[in-house]
Amino acid sequence: MQKKVACSFPDEVLEHVFSFIQSDKDRNAVSMVCKSWYEIERWCRRKIFIGNCYAVSPRMVIRRFPKVRSIELKGKPHFADFNLVPDGWGGYVLPWIAEMAGAYPWLEEIRLKRMVVTDECLELIAKSFKNFKVLVLFSCEGFSTDGLAAIAASCMNLRELDLRDSDVDDLGGHWLSHFPETYTSLVSLNSSCLGSDEVSLSALERLVGRCTNLRTLRLNRAVPLDKIANILGRAPQLVDFGTGTYGADLQSDVFSSLAGAFSSCKELRSLSGFWDVVPAYLPAIYPVCSRLTSLNLSYVTIQSPDLVKLLRHCPSLQRLLVLDYIEDSGLEALSSSCKDLQELRVFPSDPFGEEPNVSLTEQGLVSVCLACPKLQSVLYFCRRMSNVALVTIAQNCPNLTRFRLCIIEPRTADFLTLEPLDVGFGAIVEHCKDLRRLSLSGLLTDRVFEYIGRYAKKLEMLSVAFAGESDLGLHHVLSGCESLRKLEIRDCPFGDKALLANASKLETMRSLWMSSCAVSFGACKLLGQKMPRLNVEVIDESGPPDSRPDSCPVDKLYIYRSVAGPRFDMPPFVWTMDEDSALQVHALHVAEYNRKPDWIGVGTYEESIQGLRAKMPFVLYLAELSNTSQCSSQPLLSGDTTLTPPRPLLRLPIETLESDDKTQRSKEGKYMIKMRYSMNPTICFEIRPISTRSFPGV
Amino acid sequence: MEGSVAYDNDLNLKATELRLGLPGTHEEQQAVSSSTVRNNKRPNGESDARNETAPPPKAQIVGWPPIRSYRKNNSQPKKTESEGVGIYIKVSMDGAPYLRKIDLKVYSGYPELLQAVENMFKFTIGEYSEREGYKGSDYAPTYEDKDGDWMLVGDVPWEMFITSCKRLRIMKGSEARGLGCGV
Repeated sequence: MQKKVACSFPDEVLEHVFSFIQSDKDRNAVSMVCKSWYEIERWCRRKIFIGNCYAVSPRMVIRRFPKVRSIELKGKPHFADFNLVPDGWGGYVLPWIAEMAGAYPWLEEIRLKRMVVTDECLELIAKSFKNFKVLVLFSCEGFSTDGLAAIAASCMNLRELDLRDSDVDDLGGHWLSHFPETYTSLVSLNSSCLGSDEVSLSALERLVGRCTNLRTLRLNRAVPLDKIANILGRAPQLVDFGTGTYGADLQSDVFSSLAGAFSSCKELRSLSGFWDVVPAYLPAIYPVCSRLTSLNLSYVTIQSPDLVKLLRHCPSLQRLLVLDYIEDSGLEALSSSCKDLQELRVFPSDPFGEEPNVSLTEQGLVSVCLACPKLQSVLYFCRRMSNVALVTIAQNCPNLTRFRLCIIEPRTADFLTLEPLDVGFGAIVEHCKDLRRLSLSGLLTDRVFEYIGRYAKKLEMLSVAFAGESDLGLHHVLSGCESLRKLEIRDCPFGDKALLANASKLETMRSLWMSSCAVSFGACKLLGQKMPRLNVEVIDESGPPDSRPDSCPVDKLYIYRSVAGPRFDMPPFVWTMDEDSALQVHALHVAEYNRKPDWIGVGTYEESIQGLRAKMPFVLYLAELSNTSQCSSQPLLSGDTTLTPPRPLLRLPIETLESDDKTQRSKEGKYMIKMRYSMNPTICFEIRPISTRSFPGV
Repeated sequence: MEGSVAYDNDLNLKATELRLGLPGTHEEQQAVSSSTVRNNKRPNGESDARNETAPPPKAQIVGWPPIRSYRKNNSQPKKTESEGVGIYIKVSMDGAPYLRKIDLKVYSGYPELLQAVENMFKFTIGEYSEREGYKGSDYAPTYEDKDGDWMLVGDVPWEMFITSCKRLRIMKGSEARGLGCGV
């Protein structure tokens, strides 16, 4: 019998070959070839992408991939961006950081999206990873500039610090001065989301001056216009620059030094920022406009003629973000100036106004689609649309990969015919064969979903709001869209039938969100019981869903596939429909002292939870972290639920279970408590309420 | 684009349905409690600029339109301490299907205001004269003052104007010419 080819190469050779394979999909395919390839591959996988942090546990990841250098995690569902996910829902990164601190001492990159990051996490990162290089916090929250100071002070090899769109508690600009004078490795800094009026300009200037490899610098609004020239002067090699405030009283000397600074930036390709624009200062950027490929004017509240004047200078533009002040006429001008346009995003200047305040209609988008053959990605807010416009767009832009249309008033019909927009969107999915992302709006029946199910074979993400008529709509999508990974639906009359009939489809997707639809609690329970590899979570802030009849619709539903089982950090308003819900555990609210909890407690068992709900102090007794189920009587950790604000439980990895006998506080360090779950206890523990006594260590 | 399925609202799904539930499990659904607002507006986005009566205030739908909070927060102009609250008035133009809102405090006088309005609606106002109003174009900028009277913009001193102006309307044609006549 012939020896298998796979076995004839030494591992090092295979590993070397695998190092050329970067994409996750390909890596996964490689690991499925045979056992030895699986083994070799897992030891040399350096980069991990986890689209849903609850789909897998940190331990599982570490067990399989012991040598990871770069990790990307996503937390909350996308609709959290629009305030549909209540605070405290989850997405805590601390358990991950804590586990990785021990397992991946050579971790270089952490990229997070929609996760809760605390200062403690940032301090842990700063302390644990000696060669840390990249931190990207995309739409994250829960941390302050103190945490950033810790990163700045410790991470000598930091290349990239990107806080884009995060909600940061900005305590002033002094964190920047925590970068030591010897630190010069910064390549990319995006602090544009910081909201304080204070910024340490001198620290910023010095930092920029000594980091000669700086390529991306996005400033926050607090940096005034008259400082830009100085900053750019120190970094003429910048490729991507975001201004702070771009308005001030017009002074010719400020203008000329600004223009001079911009003209010396020969590599500049991307501009953003531009808060509080004074139009007279815009011509200062004209020297770089001809080379610009990306321009973010989405905070620029100037009128169309001024916008057009600027855009006429930018023939190389590939990406434009702009407010609807640009109007149809401005988009028409754009389409004749910027033939290379690939991505267009038009945001509403007055989204809650009852009447249109600008002359921006479907015509603007149509004119761009007619004239810009390379257009791939569209995000467009407008107030009216027609099927004929959508068909025109579809026929002229068959290369669209992302099409997100938001007609501001829900259920708006075709303004010409008063019909639904089914045919228009149908044309989009039929002609744009590579469409990966679609957001629908306007008046839509089940028909549009029929078209989507039939044609949108490459569609990966679909967002639906105020659309459809019956379960048939949802059924079309779930049964037809082969590549569907993420589906998010709000305010649609979709109920149990389509969901239950397509339950197995849900295991092929990352997640499904449905809010204000017609899915009953009973169906959720059924789904949770029948599909062990799905986590079915009901979010309901009005009380436990089992206090109402099974036929009652749930408020919000989030379903995602997971190999980690139900999560343990759910807040009280989230219920899992898992089979073992009898043993369901809710996260306890624990005390937090000065943002650095000295102890963390975990809850279990109904009777204990009763005590906790009465808000009494408690003591947590822990057994050894081993396979035995012996319970010690050593009090190990304690907490106090009477303190406010209560915080949900965080899980941290354990190295040791040492405790300081005198104060009964756990020693500072990493520790973990696992919950009793599914009859496989790792640790037994119980909580005993304490009636009166002063608390140790308080 | 052919619609091959003759879609019928009364299609009975029960007969062909695939379910995971045990036979006999009922599937009645309660009325959807949605977070939407039942609104009786015609599904036509255009609004009539001549409509003098304000539409009934609409309750805001949570999370709609889908705009991220940082964008909502960051596009508001930063209020400096000296500014206080602006004086926002609606500006309409005969024939234009949209209204504008402007902050009168931003302008220091009539020329700036009129320039801005010209830019907004892309037209030219004629030259102002006390006797003859706005000559040289078909348009005249008018405003409604606190007493409900329609006045020609420019007739009163600027400071008086910004405190008494309730809204601006760019009139067109004979109505406009009428305003300028007579002293």
